[in-house]
Amino acid sequence: MDFVLFPDFGRAIRNTTNQFVDFLVINFGDSFEAFSNFILFFLVKLERVLRAADPIIILLLIGALAYASSRKWALSIAMMAAMWFIGTLGLWQQAMQTIAIMLIAVLISIILGIPTGVAAARSDRFRSFINPVLDLMQTIPAFVYLIPAAMLFGLGKMPAILATVIYAAPPLVRLTDLGIREVDGEVVEASRAFGATRWQILRGVQIPLALPAIMQGINQTMMMALAMVVIASMIGARGVGETVLLGLQRNDSGQGLIGGIAIVILAIMFDRITQAAGQRMQAHRKVRS
Amino acid sequence: MSLIQVKNITKIFGPTPQKVLPLVKNGMGKEQLLAETGHTLGLHEVSLNIEKGEIFVIMGLSGSGKSTLIRHFNRLIDPTDGQILVDDQDVISLSIKELESFRRKRMSMVFQRFGLLPHRTVLQNVAYGLEIQGIPADQRHEKAEEWIDAVGLTGFSHQYPSQLSGGMQQRVGLARALATDADILLMDEAFSALDPLIRSQMQDQLVELQEKLQKTIVFITHDLDEALRIGDKIAILKDGVLSQVGTPADILTNPADDYVTDFVRDVNRARVLTVETVMQPPELRITHDNMEKALSEMRKRGEDYCYVVENEEYRGVVTKDELVEEIAKPGNTPSLFDYADSGETLEPDSTLEQALPATLEADYPVPVVNEDGHLEGVLCPIEVGTVLTPPDDEADEATIDQRKECDTAKDMPKAS
Repeated sequence: MDFVLFPDFGRAIRNTTNQFVDFLVINFGDSFEAFSNFILFFLVKLERVLRAADPIIILLLIGALAYASSRKWALSIAMMAAMWFIGTLGLWQQAMQTIAIMLIAVLISIILGIPTGVAAARSDRFRSFINPVLDLMQTIPAFVYLIPAAMLFGLGKMPAILATVIYAAPPLVRLTDLGIREVDGEVVEASRAFGATRWQILRGVQIPLALPAIMQGINQTMMMALAMVVIASMIGARGVGETVLLGLQRNDSGQGLIGGIAIVILAIMFDRITQAAGQRMQAHRKVRS
Repeated sequence: MSLIQVKNITKIFGPTPQKVLPLVKNGMGKEQLLAETGHTLGLHEVSLNIEKGEIFVIMGLSGSGKSTLIRHFNRLIDPTDGQILVDDQDVISLSIKELESFRRKRMSMVFQRFGLLPHRTVLQNVAYGLEIQGIPADQRHEKAEEWIDAVGLTGFSHQYPSQLSGGMQQRVGLARALATDADILLMDEAFSALDPLIRSQMQDQLVELQEKLQKTIVFITHDLDEALRIGDKIAILKDGVLSQVGTPADILTNPADDYVTDFVRDVNRARVLTVETVMQPPELRITHDNMEKALSEMRKRGEDYCYVVENEEYRGVVTKDELVEEIAKPGNTPSLFDYADSGETLEPDSTLEQALPATLEADYPVPVVNEDGHLEGVLCPIEVGTVLTPPDDEADEATIDQRKECDTAKDMPKAS
């Protein structure tokens, strides 16, 4: 037999993957659909509420949220003005769709990401396993997992949420891990010395002290989720991403730009509000005398 | 039976401590172990007995294993070998649940860098131990307030730790440890991070609180002055091995080895040693009131003065010359008890520093009289000079000379 420099691994991987996806679709299609419907139920509800609400109420809500997190009127008014500007671009409905899908994706990221980060902080072994997985999630092109996702969940919002979670959750996991590891060892030791259980230490000491890092992680997750909206719109997620996509398809630079502006405004809004909330949480670190 | 018994605790740090334990048991030293196996010998067969109600100080320089040792008491660190018994209960064999309950009820701890929860107020910090035990908020806050008052932080309950000075933060740490009512208090270099003035205030406060509370305190320090100041007993640790265990006076007057000798050389002995540890039995006690008889006893014994005691109670001191003069006077000689001049006396528990002026001024060794009026001994100035001289190899001969002088010094009153 001749020596082969490049044995054909490509075909093997391709075929196995395809067979595996087929196997999942055939055998677990119903389960995936049930799961998908469960998530979509909340998403559709949220989207309907946001789109049906009077824009004035949404604007006031954003103003109130900005004030609650920062205690600064200037920020509150600026955020309301930014949101109003999206309305003037004619993209209000699309923006509501994008906010809905993004909030659900971020919520799922938090539910999965924080416990994973806590586990990584506790066990070096788990951390060395999860780290390459996170690297993979952040670097592998979204289309690679969109193909099987679309097959499993069908085109539409669900694969978009999945893609967003895969791309956006890793920073939250990493920052939760880092935040907990950086909690002062003597404080944790003191807590142990007073007979605290592991859960009491986690809830009473580690999570509260890691909160600034965790908030930073949530902020990063939101930013990355917004970066995914154009890709998400390609598999039918609608929203402002679709505006950009249509601009691309119709060779309409202007439409692309107004979609882009709307995405940037949403990003700034979420960033400022979560940053301000994060800063207020560490009020105890500043000496107020 | 001692409250805490530490039995042959050995701690080896490294990947496989149990495997190299036999090597250590066969006498392999710290350096050899590190070179051959990459394991660090943290503690080597340390045994201690700590009695209920005492302040037991473990002293050593950094790297001596003192912080490792104290963390074995509540098992923040598990030993590689050995036992720790508290009230005859083996702490090492406790399950996690039992250990948590043991830490809540029996032992509390104060940390070098305070270990306060920065996101909680002083009140919440002090109540933390009680919160862990599941005590309802109103009860634990009430108790926490009492301890905040006890350590002198009244009015600071709602401040955050970062708003307080180092000394105040450590008071919070102390209040938190006391609030759980644990009978054993572990203090890991608790005052080392504080500046000297605050440190001595805290030491005083601790000793004061201890008089009221009668806890058993295990105190870690690298500062011998601190150890001598607050310790009832002191253990000196070097490279994970105990050098000496004893009372402050033992350590100062009989250092066990060169290491301890080096340590005690720079200590201000006058401030640490008490009159009790240095005083000698009086040469001559007279327990009757007959002057002539007393004088003849003094002549017989060759003494120039005597201490007069009536029914165990100290009356005073008289010199031979005074007696001769008094007897020579016409009329009845008075009772010796009334005649004796009680003059300057010392208390057994005052420090040599306090006793020094009186000792130097008197013409005779100053009598030491306790609270009940009993004569316990006498303090000879030369004896004081001897113990105040730091132990030194070259000084040994000089010490012997000084001892001789103490005897001859007794002739001084006659000469004057």
